[in-house]
Amino acid sequence: MAILSFLDKERIVAPPAYSRWLIPPAALCVHLCIGQAYAFSVFNLPMTKLIGITQSASEDWKLTQLGWIFSLAIFVLGTSAALLGRWVEESGPRKTMFAAALCFGGGFLISAFGVYLHNLWIIYFGYGVLGGVGLGLGYISPVSTLIKWFPDRPGMATGMAIMGFGGGAFIASPLSVWLMAKFSTPTHVGVAETFIVMGLIYVCFMMVGAAIVRVPAPGWAPEGYVAPARPKPLVTNQHVYVYDALKTPQFWLIWWILCLNVTAGIGVLGQASAMSQEMFRGRITAVAASGLVGLFSLFNMGGRFIWSSTSDYIGRKSTYFVFFALGTALYATIPYAGAIGSVGLFVLCYAVIFSMYGGGFATVPAYLRDMFGTRYVGAIHGLLLTAWSMAGIFGPVLVNYIREYNITHGVAKAQAYNVTMYVMAGLLIVGFVCNFFVKSVHERFHMRAVEADAEVEGAPVFGRQ
Amino acid sequence: MDGTRQTGGGNGVKLIFAWGFVGIPLVWGVVQTLVNALKAFH
Repeated sequence: MAILSFLDKERIVAPPAYSRWLIPPAALCVHLCIGQAYAFSVFNLPMTKLIGITQSASEDWKLTQLGWIFSLAIFVLGTSAALLGRWVEESGPRKTMFAAALCFGGGFLISAFGVYLHNLWIIYFGYGVLGGVGLGLGYISPVSTLIKWFPDRPGMATGMAIMGFGGGAFIASPLSVWLMAKFSTPTHVGVAETFIVMGLIYVCFMMVGAAIVRVPAPGWAPEGYVAPARPKPLVTNQHVYVYDALKTPQFWLIWWILCLNVTAGIGVLGQASAMSQEMFRGRITAVAASGLVGLFSLFNMGGRFIWSSTSDYIGRKSTYFVFFALGTALYATIPYAGAIGSVGLFVLCYAVIFSMYGGGFATVPAYLRDMFGTRYVGAIHGLLLTAWSMAGIFGPVLVNYIREYNITHGVAKAQAYNVTMYVMAGLLIVGFVCNFFVKSVHERFHMRAVEADAEVEGAPVFGRQ
Repeated sequence: MDGTRQTGGGNGVKLIFAWGFVGIPLVWGVVQTLVNALKAFH
């Protein structure tokens, strides 16, 4: 449509004087908003009292029903990123960020309607499906753009954006609580109004990112940067077509690397509060545990930037070796910390584990770029996010199942997590082995120069559908 | 740092606004989280 031509990739090619340091804030405009997903749980309890107001009435929704909203959104994030990744790459970041803003903000507005009508299916569709598509589009598009602007420091660049995804919850959580307090009355829980305000704020905020973002001109390179004539080990200067990447062992090894790293982290992330209270009964209260979870979230966010930036210097493969080796040692140390009653050692282990959990998310786009080049890195990243969806199911199930099994077999609650920790350490050893086998992609998978040039000009590559 | 060299006056203002636009809410959120964490420990 001509009226929307300002969104086209060809219209957002950066002029020569454009500073690439405007791209990280553009990416953060999107990631800080969609990171709200991690804070969605603040709405769960108020949404169980929409009718009863002070306490849940029989017609009110149950927490188990509401939990599906977040799960559905994360599932749709992974699937939409996988299915729409190629469209994201070929349409350019402004169009996809614009679409992400409409989907994510629109999801909130539809959910407000669902709250107003007290119809949970409308919320499942609004936040879960439409919002989930916004999450998927918003997650991969800025990351791919940053990689193209920062060929010299792709890890640092993607770390900044993905740090924003971790940090979005820090803004959304207090903002949601404050808005609900403003809109609530003795006869009304202000969830619907909060959804409307947040939806509008997020649309505006993400649109600013879409307005700022630019793509580099063909052949552009940072001043003073010369691409190495001979590629460094495990860093290609070629490109691999998105669906050809699926045929390489490297894609599936990295898929498992991400899946195992996230499974180990996400499994204990949801249980951090309960685990700390049960392992240190009488010493860590429920209130202190919630403070600990906040602290761990800060390490999760900080790790995204610090580890991915570090990977620019020590290499992606070495960074994951550190995650898996150090992670194994730390998971194996946690039962010892519980046995000797050392809260300090427990907190230290957890803090580093969560920093590496975040670091795993932030470093993987640069790992993909090293393996498959920049041309389709966004689309390949989208496909890889299915590993996140899988880990989101496996991790919590694994932790909860092992804990229940131990307790029903007479293990004291304080020791019920020990086996879980050793299983997590085992998963990381498998991840270490997967990482060990990552080698450069065979040249038969590389795009031919004519194909790569055609992609630069925006022409479709025929015969590769 | 190419970014610094490329930055003219106009770009400098844009950079300050753009980073402030995302940085202020992020710092506010981090401070809120830290304050809540410290409250919990007390």
